[in-house]
Amino acid sequence: MYAYDEIDRTLVNERVSEFRDQVKRRLSGELTEDEFKILRLQNGVYLQLHAYMFRVAIPYGTLATNQLRALAHVARKYDRGYGHFTTRQNIQFNWIKLAELPDALEDLAKVGIHAMQTSGNNMRNVTSDQWAGVAPGEIEDPRIWSELIRQHTTLHPEFSFLPRKFKIAITASDHDRAAIKIHDIGLRLIKNEKGETGFEVLVGGGLGRTPFIAKTIKHFVHGRDILSYIEAILRVYNQYGRRDNIYKARIKILVHELGIEKFSREVEEEWQHIRNSSLHIDDEVIEDIRSRFTYPPYEKLPHMPDELRQAAADPDFEAWRKNSVASHKNQGYAIVTISLKPIGAPPGDATAEQMDALADLADKYSFGEIRVGHEQNLALPHVAKRDLPALWKALDKLGLATPNVNLITDIIACPGLDYCSLANARSIPIAQELTRRFANHELANLIGRLHINISGCINACGHHHVGHIGILGVEKNGEEVYQITIGGRADENAALGNLIGPGVKFDEVADVVEDIVEAYLALRERPDELFMDTVKRLGVEPFKERVYATR
Amino acid sequence: MPLVNGGKIADDSFVKLAVDTPLPEGGDILVPAERFIGEADALLERAGKVGVIWPNNRDIAELVPYLGKIAVVALVFPTFRDGRAYSQARLLRERYNYRGELRATGQVLRDQFVFMLRAGFDSFDVKKQADAEAFMQTAKRYSVFYQPTGDGRITALHRRMQLRHSEGVGT
Repeated sequence: MYAYDEIDRTLVNERVSEFRDQVKRRLSGELTEDEFKILRLQNGVYLQLHAYMFRVAIPYGTLATNQLRALAHVARKYDRGYGHFTTRQNIQFNWIKLAELPDALEDLAKVGIHAMQTSGNNMRNVTSDQWAGVAPGEIEDPRIWSELIRQHTTLHPEFSFLPRKFKIAITASDHDRAAIKIHDIGLRLIKNEKGETGFEVLVGGGLGRTPFIAKTIKHFVHGRDILSYIEAILRVYNQYGRRDNIYKARIKILVHELGIEKFSREVEEEWQHIRNSSLHIDDEVIEDIRSRFTYPPYEKLPHMPDELRQAAADPDFEAWRKNSVASHKNQGYAIVTISLKPIGAPPGDATAEQMDALADLADKYSFGEIRVGHEQNLALPHVAKRDLPALWKALDKLGLATPNVNLITDIIACPGLDYCSLANARSIPIAQELTRRFANHELANLIGRLHINISGCINACGHHHVGHIGILGVEKNGEEVYQITIGGRADENAALGNLIGPGVKFDEVADVVEDIVEAYLALRERPDELFMDTVKRLGVEPFKERVYATR
Repeated sequence: MPLVNGGKIADDSFVKLAVDTPLPEGGDILVPAERFIGEADALLERAGKVGVIWPNNRDIAELVPYLGKIAVVALVFPTFRDGRAYSQARLLRERYNYRGELRATGQVLRDQFVFMLRAGFDSFDVKKQADAEAFMQTAKRYSVFYQPTGDGRITALHRRMQLRHSEGVGT
């Protein structure tokens, strides 16, 4: 865990006091809605279809139990008793009153949580691997660098009014759980030949109506230069990024229009001016941040404790263990993913009661720490293997032990037309129907790793472009129509999916997905050939044939 | 629009000239960028101070040869959402060492004062009277700053290091 000190807490409190004043001026009419809009967005407040929506940052996905309890408190006191975890390591509350927002922020500030820059045309909440610091084989804990960048980008005086939003993600593992290739800047922590820590820097990734996979702009930037390098990218973007058309204002368009070579020359030139400025980071500063991340006092525990051996006789436990428990870098410990995708429920939602209960479980079994991943699931990062059976029983009682992580019912979905003022189509009911269709665990397990991503509009909050099966809802002649893509992925081999054919109606989506899955089961070479590998081998054609032959 | 200079509401001695307004005999003038670049020598020779209004989509490096002779550089926020002038301001102060008055013009509201001060602005053509009056109070809103800029404020990272060292001395 990272501990905010008095300096960080002071800033958060100053921000709350500023926002209280801004809300007061809006309510009195001193600020017009147009003026207030960007100020509220910078504090994570959107005006949605039915009410204000409040988006709270969970920097690099790490939460302490008192913080999770504070989120439960906000859900209960200011909202309707639940919150929605998003694809950007945020939590959203959908029914909050504007006049109460400053109080909600003040309650969160007490535990070091804020909503700074979870929206608006500035640098967004820095995201990272939800297994950071515990994943076997990672270069080092990427959160140290995430925290450095979080601080640097918070209330940045030059980059708080960018052409559009700007997202940075960091990974330190071979397997990318942070989806860095679909971010404005993606950072991959690496070591050079001298054993020094640095980054491969990628730029210009993003989804939305013009999706791009990020391109490598520099193969190695030393850790001590990372802030100046990011600043150089941002400065080029701030000056040359288009502002005439919001759809073309993202850095991905600038990189695409200039070409990566020209863009990187511009950045390089800017960087040479500033790399030896006060942005140069001393090792001492890094060590200071590193020292404020604390790790649990792990014990020496057996690899296979008796408790686990005994519980293995229970097939339900085993199904969950195989699905939800991952290796930890310390022997005798495990990382437990908690699916927020129970059958028939909106993906990513958690009630205040579940959040409180999870906080209790994290205190008991995970050294008081919880993680949030971009797949809209949670994780307990430090569970002793001997505690797994007891934890599973407790999670099951809370409805949080669905063994479907990475399976077909582990669906990523945006809120869609049910909440969002941008949406053209529903997402949640599609996700709910699909989870019911594939509720049978044996079938889902037989299918294997398969990610379905659903967006209710072209803005792609559900990351449909990178779903193994992607579903995009659009509106055509007053009707919801869904376009289906296959073959996308958001990991280290990130790729955009390919359209399989004409859009289908709301009622047909689940049937079409079933057809695609049946086609895959018939076409795969071996039971362990994953869906995405079959699609890569065969392309869209056989799936298209199967889906449209009878339609 | 009230001008805030030196932390308080002040009179503006500068008269804004359009591209084709005849040049007055004396007095301080603010001229648009294209006119300034076209007539720089003549403008700088006359009595009275000269300032330039620089649009946010024109390379600020063009001004570099004149920076020692210009009294004011006025950068433009056509809407307060458009942040290009923040980069121009930092380049002027930090890269080109401009030490004259750096004025924010256009959609200048109290909620930008802290950002603007940090980027190097020291005078503000404020849109609303109430915001101009609230300047001092608003400018002091934050005591913690995470990023180093040319404004000389100590960053959180460095303040922590100082605290750590002073603790070290005590023990």
